Amino acid sequence: MRNDQLIYKVDWIVVLIYLVLVFSGWLNIYAADYDPDVNQGILSFSQSSGKQLIWIASSIFLIVLIMMVDFRFYDSFAYILYGIFIFLLISVLLLGQEVSGSQSWFQIGSYKLQPSEFTKFATALALAKYLSKSTRKSGEMRSQIIGFLIFLIPLGLIILQGDLGTAMVFGSLVLVMFREGMHPLILVIGFSVAILFLGTLVLSQTILLIGIVVLTLFGVGLVAKAPSKIVVVVVAGVMAAGFVRSVDFILTDVLKPHQQQRVMQLLNPNRDPLGAGWQVTQSKIAIGSGGLTGKGYLEGTQTKFNFVPDQTTDNIFCTVGEEQGWIGSFFLVAAFTALFLRLVFLAERQKSPFAKIYGYAVVSILFFHFAFNIAMTIGLFPVIGIPLPFFSYGGSSLWTFTILLFIFLKLDAHRMQVLQRL
Amino acid sequence: MSGRSFIIQGLIIFIALVFSIRLFSIQVLNDEYKLAAQNNILQKIVDYPFRGLIYDRDGKLMVYNTPVYDLMVVPKEVDLADSVEIMSLLEIDHKTFEAKYQKARRYSSILASKFDEQIPNEMFARIQDKLVNYSGFYVLPRTVRGYQNNILSNTLGYVGEINRSQLRRDTSGYYKSGDYIGITGIEKQYEDKLRGKRGIRYKIVNVQGVVKGEFQDGEYDTASVPGQSIQLTIDTELQTYAEKLLKGKVAGLVALDPKTGEILAMVSSPSYNPDLLSGRDLGKNFSGIQNDSLKPLFNRPLQATYPPGSMFKTVQALIAMQENQLRPTERVMCEGNLIGDHAPPGIYDVERAIQLSSNNYFFKVFKRIIEQGVHESRYIDSRIGLKKWNEHMSNFGLGHRLGVDIPNEQSGYIPDIQFYDRVYGVNRWAFSNIYSLSIGQGEVLVTPLQMANLGAILANRGHYYTPHIVKAIDDQGVVEPTLNNVGIDDKYFDSVLDGMEKVVREGSAVRAFVPNLDICGKTSTVENPHGMDHSGFMGFAPKDDPKIAIAVYVENAGWGGRAAASTASLVMEKYINGEISRQWLEDFVLEGDFLDARQKRELEAMNKAKRVANQ
Repeated sequence: MRNDQLIYKVDWIVVLIYLVLVFSGWLNIYAADYDPDVNQGILSFSQSSGKQLIWIASSIFLIVLIMMVDFRFYDSFAYILYGIFIFLLISVLLLGQEVSGSQSWFQIGSYKLQPSEFTKFATALALAKYLSKSTRKSGEMRSQIIGFLIFLIPLGLIILQGDLGTAMVFGSLVLVMFREGMHPLILVIGFSVAILFLGTLVLSQTILLIGIVVLTLFGVGLVAKAPSKIVVVVVAGVMAAGFVRSVDFILTDVLKPHQQQRVMQLLNPNRDPLGAGWQVTQSKIAIGSGGLTGKGYLEGTQTKFNFVPDQTTDNIFCTVGEEQGWIGSFFLVAAFTALFLRLVFLAERQKSPFAKIYGYAVVSILFFHFAFNIAMTIGLFPVIGIPLPFFSYGGSSLWTFTILLFIFLKLDAHRMQVLQRL
Repeated sequence: MSGRSFIIQGLIIFIALVFSIRLFSIQVLNDEYKLAAQNNILQKIVDYPFRGLIYDRDGKLMVYNTPVYDLMVVPKEVDLADSVEIMSLLEIDHKTFEAKYQKARRYSSILASKFDEQIPNEMFARIQDKLVNYSGFYVLPRTVRGYQNNILSNTLGYVGEINRSQLRRDTSGYYKSGDYIGITGIEKQYEDKLRGKRGIRYKIVNVQGVVKGEFQDGEYDTASVPGQSIQLTIDTELQTYAEKLLKGKVAGLVALDPKTGEILAMVSSPSYNPDLLSGRDLGKNFSGIQNDSLKPLFNRPLQATYPPGSMFKTVQALIAMQENQLRPTERVMCEGNLIGDHAPPGIYDVERAIQLSSNNYFFKVFKRIIEQGVHESRYIDSRIGLKKWNEHMSNFGLGHRLGVDIPNEQSGYIPDIQFYDRVYGVNRWAFSNIYSLSIGQGEVLVTPLQMANLGAILANRGHYYTPHIVKAIDDQGVVEPTLNNVGIDDKYFDSVLDGMEKVVREGSAVRAFVPNLDICGKTSTVENPHGMDHSGFMGFAPKDDPKIAIAVYVENAGWGGRAAASTASLVMEKYINGEISRQWLEDFVLEGDFLDARQKRELEAMNKAKRVANQ
């Protein structure tokens, strides 16, 4: 009878959206791979769609497993899981396989596994546990620094693997910190850094430095009555100027050549359409050619004939855009948005801080993937290789997103028990 | 819910809105991406049609198409790391490779252009499998003309790449740079029939350019239409024989079927091997042929103009009789003192005058035509007479193009009133200024074709069909010849034809005599101020049922009765009897030693004078 109860308690709206996304993702993987000359069925295991079916089936199995495990397990074992995956991240650096420039894969038989994917949910759990169990107010400095460290450590390790896209995903957990009372100044500083960075690429250094000096003087004028704040403003101005000066160093020494290319590409989309700009140009062509209603299922030419690279994985949205048009794309965006809003709603209704913070971590990670994946295909952001949750082909990512989501659904299903226990 | 939760929800909705609007802009508002997508996947493939074939009058193939392969290059796709291997594959050195590659790049780096034209077949066989390994190179099959026999080159013409000025003049918009077009001859004249129609197919290609299928099930494709075949009036066997006879001479020959105006044979000598102007070395060969001092590209039967000489006398007699200035049997006393003459003094009628080619007789005849006594001023009288004579000339197809269906036909020249007014002044000339016209010398010029046509007019006793070389075209069937009447009454022909028969039986052209063939003819020994006289002959056979009319000019060959009459006779015999009964005559013509002893001495004296002049 306990299982029956669980079925009633699970949030079926999220489950439904999940199933819709996974199923339409599967159809689109088939369409992206479809070759009219080699007409194999959607179930053929030589196709991505056939393999994805295995991942989907095993994900269902994972869901059942997650639902069977006691909900208190995730709370209790959060740090242990986190520790295991940090260990794996370190080992993959030493022992892993290099695939397209990133040392982030373990080869197991004929399948490859990417520990950095699974680290996402482990980190989310650990962060939730730390912030919820901390006796100190999370707004305090020490608690915040440790909170940041929890996701900055895997972030750093993954940058070392050379996978900047996945590393950036961990940055999304800043959103959780924000929700849990982080000082907004950190977000402001983050945005300023990003704007200054882009500004350096577009404008000349001299203009930027003059701008910073003017802004600093203006700021000093604003806070002239509180001398202690003047120091803060001046320090900020000096740091900004130093940052601008060092961007050149970042561009040439920190970013890899292909990453530099991608940033430059975003600033000037028509630059080198056959070289570095190929992916952005072609993904925009594929999506743009879809029109209002699309070319029809399996009728897309740009993806079918391989004009778009990585079309079953990172660029799966191109197939949707081309074959289903704006209407299909809109439904996809709407479905994801509905999922995120529902998850925020679920997170907010949690009685336990752990479940709530974990819920926000899930939203942050999924939202980051969604936003940056689509932004990249429609040319709003440089190309970073991250998958579209539930849609993109790949076992590691589907498993990760499934685990991430269903642990939260499990916690949500037991939210009343937390109260009872207390 | 706290305010920060709302900020996060707001961020989610904000991003969803940004995406929806951005997607709407690139998918619905902007058409540029749809075009780009089409350009990505569509490849236009041009199907070049098969050029029409050319057959002879018996349906024997004369001109066909033979496949060649152009090596194409798309510079952008070439991996220059492969260049050393490509150079060794194509057996070219680095300099040649670089020059060709740069030339292609200057044209376009993304469009295909010719890297090497018409690569030899053995090279194609060797490289075709290996070429797929080198991106940017591929072989484009196309056809060039092939020739069954090495005959009729000048008239058939040749096909070559269209040049810039031709492209500019092209109003049809059909041609594109690199297309092939008929440059001369029948290839040019019937270009629009022979070329067919290009087809265009749209193929869907993937990112590697591999064809994945037809675009919209071929809805926008157009099939190529092969060019139409053309059947000529040429008799291959006769043409081959006539060319053989005139090989090594500078000559023009035209043989017509007088009953239809069909050109049976048309020889321009010296000529060239048509294969030289078809294929890889066209450009190189062309300049060689063009620079030849004997002008092999010159189509003498149509383009060379000569004074008609004595064969003109047949026309003069007919005009005089039609103008009622001469009766066929009228006896005219000729002392032989009016003009230089080979004919003896005596009494002449039309028949005898033609048989013996009396210059003095025709001096008188022409005087009667020009000075008909309709005006007391002999200047004005001559004007009236010359005007009438000009009208007759025009009726005989002289002084203007006959309208043969081969390009570059020359009109020849018949002097008229305006001409003499220019030369002498208005009313300052009379018969005495123009009498050399009476024997076909002076300012008058004709083409061999016009003289062969004269033979047809005489054979038909007063009419001719416009000479033509195309018998039938695929889509319009047999070409109907145009009938032209020259306006001379049938009765006046008897005496002229009898005279022409005697020319061959017992006159200047006895060499041309063939028993039972009833050849009628007239020789010309055309005065040539630049050297030895030209040998000319015009005639037809048989007299009562003419099957062939012919004119031959052999330059600097002396007597009309030798080179030209012999050649014409052999050709007529060959056509009518199918075989040659007089091997000695054939040998005589083939040997080409036509001058008599006196002429040889003259020639030697002339050459000596030239040598002296040069020193």
